[in-house]
Amino acid sequence: MSENSIEARVKKIVVEHLGVEEDKVTKDASFIDDLGADSLDTVELVMAFEEEFGVEIPDDAAETILTVGDAVRFLEKSTA
Amino acid sequence: MRRVVITGLGMVTPLGSGVSTTWTRLLAGESGAARIAEFEVSDLPCQIACRVPRGDGTNGTFNPDLAMEPKEQRKVDDFIVYAMAAADEAIADSGWKPEDYEDQIRTGVMIGSGIGGIEGIVDAGITLHEKGPRRISPFFIPGRLINLASGQISIKYGLKGPNHAVVTACSTGSHAIGDASRLIALGDAEVMVAGGTESPVSRISMAGFAACRALSTGFNDEPTRASRPYDKDRDGFVMGEGAGVVVLEEYEHAVARGAKIYAEVIGYGLSGDAFHITAPSPDGDGAYRCMTAALKRAGLTAADVDYVNAHGTSTPMGDELELRALERVAGDSAASLTMSSTKSAIGHLLGAAGAVEAIFSVLAIRDGMIPPTLNLENPSVETAIDLVPLKAKSKTVDVALSNSFGFGGTNASLVFRRV
Repeated sequence: MSENSIEARVKKIVVEHLGVEEDKVTKDASFIDDLGADSLDTVELVMAFEEEFGVEIPDDAAETILTVGDAVRFLEKSTA
Repeated sequence: MRRVVITGLGMVTPLGSGVSTTWTRLLAGESGAARIAEFEVSDLPCQIACRVPRGDGTNGTFNPDLAMEPKEQRKVDDFIVYAMAAADEAIADSGWKPEDYEDQIRTGVMIGSGIGGIEGIVDAGITLHEKGPRRISPFFIPGRLINLASGQISIKYGLKGPNHAVVTACSTGSHAIGDASRLIALGDAEVMVAGGTESPVSRISMAGFAACRALSTGFNDEPTRASRPYDKDRDGFVMGEGAGVVVLEEYEHAVARGAKIYAEVIGYGLSGDAFHITAPSPDGDGAYRCMTAALKRAGLTAADVDYVNAHGTSTPMGDELELRALERVAGDSAASLTMSSTKSAIGHLLGAAGAVEAIFSVLAIRDGMIPPTLNLENPSVETAIDLVPLKAKSKTVDVALSNSFGFGGTNASLVFRRV
């Protein structure tokens, strides 16, 4: 995984915003169940992804982004 | 009404983190004022402030990470972080950390602020302007609202009783302690965590208060000389920041658990000037009536008061009005009165001022020491009242009165007595 890969950039944002250890941010990790986020944290995370990747994530799409892997897959598709 | 006592103290001030550090430095005559280095001030008429000294927590410095995790600090303005730190200290000092549901619902929080998260509001305004509404954080609102200091403290400690917040400008801290005491006296709670907090040292606040002509502008090169209540060269207040929090408790409740009791809250008086949005009423009537009301509630007269912690902000008009009002309250006993303004050392903490100064009043009772009015070299008027110029002095203090007056013509006085 290169430092500039989408996965690496997503994980960096998650570590910064949720204040969690890097090794806990696996692709299967759920923001709420595994990483201690609340509903406001997830809103802010989606905003941070939008900012970092220059994309717009509509609310209905944001609701499907529940894990680190969901975010990576969504962003890989929308920035491809 | 039931008796209310103080069983815990906590503060973050420009003299340092914690009650002990601040009090020691205050009595030593130290000043918290300095030139502002953290943001551009060259275009501001007032370029100085009393800032909380940040550091790793050693040597009296304030380490915000000890009060709130960095990721949580990022979501809130500093007034909430200061309140959390002061509440941590006060609650630890009191030894009251309710675990049972019944104890939790009888313990409340009333922390106020004059302005709240003004810096965060400005930043969000810039974001809105430059990037649009989709970039406004979900933490923007809950990180700025004044009552979120009370909210955050209640969540951290499981305090499920009355949850309230006072907003009365520079009287906030006094009103919060007074109102919270009444909730206990009337039986709405057994214990209240009460006080005030403020984080106003930012370009927008400095510009706004300077526009009101409230700030000192003539001492930018000698910051520690700028706050000089009652002195003839005073020219406005020096902005401060920080928080003061006390644990208030029903007397029998405190005795039953063997709590350390600092003092009793025996008087609380309130009044309104009904005169002007920023200027105090020139007859000092509002100040006179809130002091009189507090003493009446306490069942005392001015002759019983050993120490007055003044509002005394170092503004040309306000200081003398308060002094004259106290002389009027005191009558023939003025010569036995001692009043000092600790704003000479820590600046004006706005919504936190009344709470921090209530704690100084309580410490004067505990230690028999009166903090000085720094820089009082040439009093602008003659008075029989001892204004404690330049150096702290020892005096037995059984009863102390603390004044706070705010924009909008809102006034509060508190009276404390040794138990």
